[in-house]
Amino acid sequence: MLSTALIVFREILEAALIISIVLAATKAVPKRSWWVSLGVVGGIIGACLVAFFADVISSWASGMGQDVFNASVMFIAVVMLTWHSVWMSKHGREMAHQLNQVADAISSGSRPLTGLAIVVGVAVIREGSEAVLFLYGIAAGESGQLSQMIVGGLLGLAGGIAVGVAMYLGLLQIAAHKLFGVTNVLIMLLAAGMASQGAGFLVSADFLPTLGDTVWDSSWLLSDSSVIGKMLHTLVGYTAQPEGIQIIFYVVTLGAILTLTRISQHSEKSDVSPKHVHKQNA
Amino acid sequence: MSKTVTRRIALVGALFLSGSAPLWAADAVLTLTLKDHKFSPAEPTIPANTRVKVTIKNLDPTPAEFESHQFKAERLIPGGKEASLFIGPLKPGKYQFNDEYHEDVSKTYLIVK
Repeated sequence: MLSTALIVFREILEAALIISIVLAATKAVPKRSWWVSLGVVGGIIGACLVAFFADVISSWASGMGQDVFNASVMFIAVVMLTWHSVWMSKHGREMAHQLNQVADAISSGSRPLTGLAIVVGVAVIREGSEAVLFLYGIAAGESGQLSQMIVGGLLGLAGGIAVGVAMYLGLLQIAAHKLFGVTNVLIMLLAAGMASQGAGFLVSADFLPTLGDTVWDSSWLLSDSSVIGKMLHTLVGYTAQPEGIQIIFYVVTLGAILTLTRISQHSEKSDVSPKHVHKQNA
Repeated sequence: MSKTVTRRIALVGALFLSGSAPLWAADAVLTLTLKDHKFSPAEPTIPANTRVKVTIKNLDPTPAEFESHQFKAERLIPGGKEASLFIGPLKPGKYQFNDEYHEDVSKTYLIVK
């Protein structure tokens, strides 16, 4: 039962952390609960479908379908997180300064929420499908363990959600005007970490070269399989023994997001300032 | 949509899915079986500095997840099925791997020489 709880906990942890960051990042955005819930529900349905068709997915791309699928899921999330960062760099400051006057941001605010709902959805699909398969495996194959499995599964689920809630409440302790800055950094690191994980999947499918199988080894300090290692893996893309290509994907993604947000901030200055003048006059 | 375009998409799709020629061909293969959540051979050996194609045959009725943090592997294998992935090139050493769903029973090592 405890091992079931631990395995389910580990699968849920990653999705729970991502959801907590998304919720904190969109604190001031109206209707965000609806979008995040949509992502979670869609993700759960998707996770069951993926678990059910695991065999079919495996057989794609001459047996490398799982990697191609996982990498695609990761890169979709990276694109959506980049979009969010760029959008926030344009509108985040206004939102932080006028938390109560975001009514006009509703229509535009729901746009990056589509992206974040997709991020939540794909995180739930990937982690949830493994939990579903695992629980199904016990239910189908190991008779007499069903009740233990249900209790263990629920314990693991509760544990994962508890960490997510703790992370969310922790982020809310940050002063409102700094919250967007902090969550933006978290989202950039999340995206870079996901890009490097995606590269790792393409390496196992043999679609990318490793460019060095272990560039450094910090497993003596913090192992990937420990709970802290796993959390840092999700949050900042920590890997104890990274491949060269993973580091390249990490750095390039981070650089690309930073560049894109800078560009959009500069374009904002010329767009927005006349509008403010206009508002003051009116 | 014209027939040619449809056909071209189908062709590209077929090429992608068949994709039987990987960009970096493996120099060695390793076949593992899983029975009662235990890997066999128990401590397989592969050559160092070589890209290896690993195939895992799951003889149990339940799904397994072949996993190693040390040589970066993660592969779901449904019950009664087999799955493959590429690992390496690895430096000589001992690398732990397991079936994540039955970690205690399945934990073992890959020997690279």
